[in-house]
Amino acid sequence: MAVAGIDVGAKYAKAVILKDGQPEILSKGIAPCGFDLKEAVEAAFQQALSEAKLSRDEIKYVVATGASLEAVPFANDSVSMQGADARGAHFLFPSVRTVIDIGAEMGRAARCDATGKMVDFVINERCAAGAGAFLEAMARALEVKLEEMGPLSLEADKSPPMNAQCTIFAESEVVTLIHEGESKKNIIRALHDAIAERNISMVRRLGIEKDVALVGGLAKNAGFVDAMKRGLEMDILVPEEPLFVGALGAALIAAEKSAG
Amino acid sequence: MAEVRWKSEPLKCWNQAKALRLKYYEDYAKAHERGGIRWAGSAWAFSAVPEGLGTDVWSLTGEPYGASVAWNKDFAAQCHEAAQAKGYARDLCAYMRNYWGSILLNKYVFGGEWPKPDFQWTSHTCCSHAKWYQVASELEGGVPTFSIDGSIGPYDELDENRLNYLVDQMQEGIEWMEKVTGRKYNDELLIQAVHNECNATSLWAEICTLNKAVPAPLDEKTMYSLYVFGTLMKHRKECVDFYRVLRDEVQERVEKQIAAVATERFRVITDTQPPWAFLSIFRYMESKGTVSVGSLYTFGLIGIWEVKPDGTWGPRTPPKEGSIKTREQALRTIADWTASRPEWQHFYSPERKTEMLKRIVKEWKVDGVMLHYNRGCEGLTVGIAENKLGLKKAGIPVMSFEGNMGDEREFDPERTKTEIDTFLEILGAR
Repeated sequence: MAVAGIDVGAKYAKAVILKDGQPEILSKGIAPCGFDLKEAVEAAFQQALSEAKLSRDEIKYVVATGASLEAVPFANDSVSMQGADARGAHFLFPSVRTVIDIGAEMGRAARCDATGKMVDFVINERCAAGAGAFLEAMARALEVKLEEMGPLSLEADKSPPMNAQCTIFAESEVVTLIHEGESKKNIIRALHDAIAERNISMVRRLGIEKDVALVGGLAKNAGFVDAMKRGLEMDILVPEEPLFVGALGAALIAAEKSAG
Repeated sequence: MAEVRWKSEPLKCWNQAKALRLKYYEDYAKAHERGGIRWAGSAWAFSAVPEGLGTDVWSLTGEPYGASVAWNKDFAAQCHEAAQAKGYARDLCAYMRNYWGSILLNKYVFGGEWPKPDFQWTSHTCCSHAKWYQVASELEGGVPTFSIDGSIGPYDELDENRLNYLVDQMQEGIEWMEKVTGRKYNDELLIQAVHNECNATSLWAEICTLNKAVPAPLDEKTMYSLYVFGTLMKHRKECVDFYRVLRDEVQERVEKQIAAVATERFRVITDTQPPWAFLSIFRYMESKGTVSVGSLYTFGLIGIWEVKPDGTWGPRTPPKEGSIKTREQALRTIADWTASRPEWQHFYSPERKTEMLKRIVKEWKVDGVMLHYNRGCEGLTVGIAENKLGLKKAGIPVMSFEGNMGDEREFDPERTKTEIDTFLEILGAR
């Protein structure tokens, strides 16, 4: 038997299956969230089941998390995004006390105790300017592939000021910088720095306690990770697969609940 | 849905409360038909003082009126549009914009045309109040207005000079009202109104004190419909009588362990005005086994408190009937009484609010605090970030949410529910 955690984010649905009784990751699945969220959940879950060579009946307990957790009607229970992040990050890095999650449309952070239990949290303001969707829009404006943004910004030699607090105005600033002849590399670094600053100010309201982990989609962007390290003036822990940390946390909670 | 843990039943005096509130707004609207006069002003005003003009004097207090408008989302939207079209920015006090909008639309939210007051009697403690009634007067074609400046500092620093500052303004205000209304002022009516106000606000504090019980006999959502009489008519006998009935019923609920919320497992408090159009968030919390047992706002805007010999908060002892003999004594009594109002104190320092919140957490057995960054009220929201830090430092779980007491455009119910879910998870209520 096994347990599962399913995280339904704004961009992707993610599933993690754990061996019941011991915290061993059996498999993962991921699918883009289109119009039909339940379809995305099903695809991610099936992928994980298939990889683990398990049938649905062999999944004893499912915990859902994420912005659209209602898309997992078969879940036995749910957990907040921050609570799942805290558990997942703490499992990967037991020294973690602060987890920052920057996803497609939301930035959030949680503080956890030595057991991985969330003790405080913060969520960004309503605008998505500090999240991944903003960076996607800027990649389009710069005519650069999203996956190129990180490596390019690491080659920058300066970070021109970027004051924008909103996607619309930021695009306007990017256009101005292009017309001024600023290099794409430097503009991208400025964008990463702006997003990092916005999120760091959010995390400061929570209080930063070491060690700090960065998870969520933007943690895959090396340029953004670098901006966060410089902004926080400390090293940060980044898991190999940062997109799955929420689902992992949910799966760990499923294992706990399943054990009673 | 959370497990039912307690027996619960509706308040027996609920319909009496509803009728009393509606009568208040109707009395004001029909005052002229009945040969009386009416005044408008802030709920913070020294409302006992105009009572000396006669027994046919009716008032309309602006903040609860603004809250009533907020509850009616369609009418509130019309008011905001009217105020904004007139040039008043949307980041101003939301109650004030609801009030001005009603004047501009010439509509009373309780039906009929806007009932223009004969004069305005108000006070200002926060930055909006004086301008509120100055602008209202202009919009209504020049209604005579008298405003008392309440900037006397916190109660523990009150001295004779500061008290005199309030009393002298009220003395001057009485002469002003005599001129404006052409009526002779009756000190006996003032004295009775001061006794009424002291009794009513002490009774409300006593009712709130009863909510220290587990399970809580009252929940905050219900308290909103009950504390309001202290903002409408704290100086009137009807208010005292109703609060006595309510106190007795709440006492009985405590004795019989009748809960306001049958699922009560976790207890929280809020700090200031809620987003009035979205009180359903309290029902949402109930479904998760959580009751809000009150707030500094519901306890301390109307309730007048004192520290009892055992160090806990309890109702301030009102002056004995017959102990006030003169106008001067009555004014000094009500000035001192009002200056001790908890909600006045934190205008002078956020630490004062933090300390009061910490006291409530301890004495009311509260598990966590929910702070409202209320974009509709600068006065009561300023310093919340510091309150949050102070509470965290004391080891008290705390969450904040953004909203607006009177403008639904600035409150996101789904986002707030998500934040509440996360907070309740920390409390262990999920």
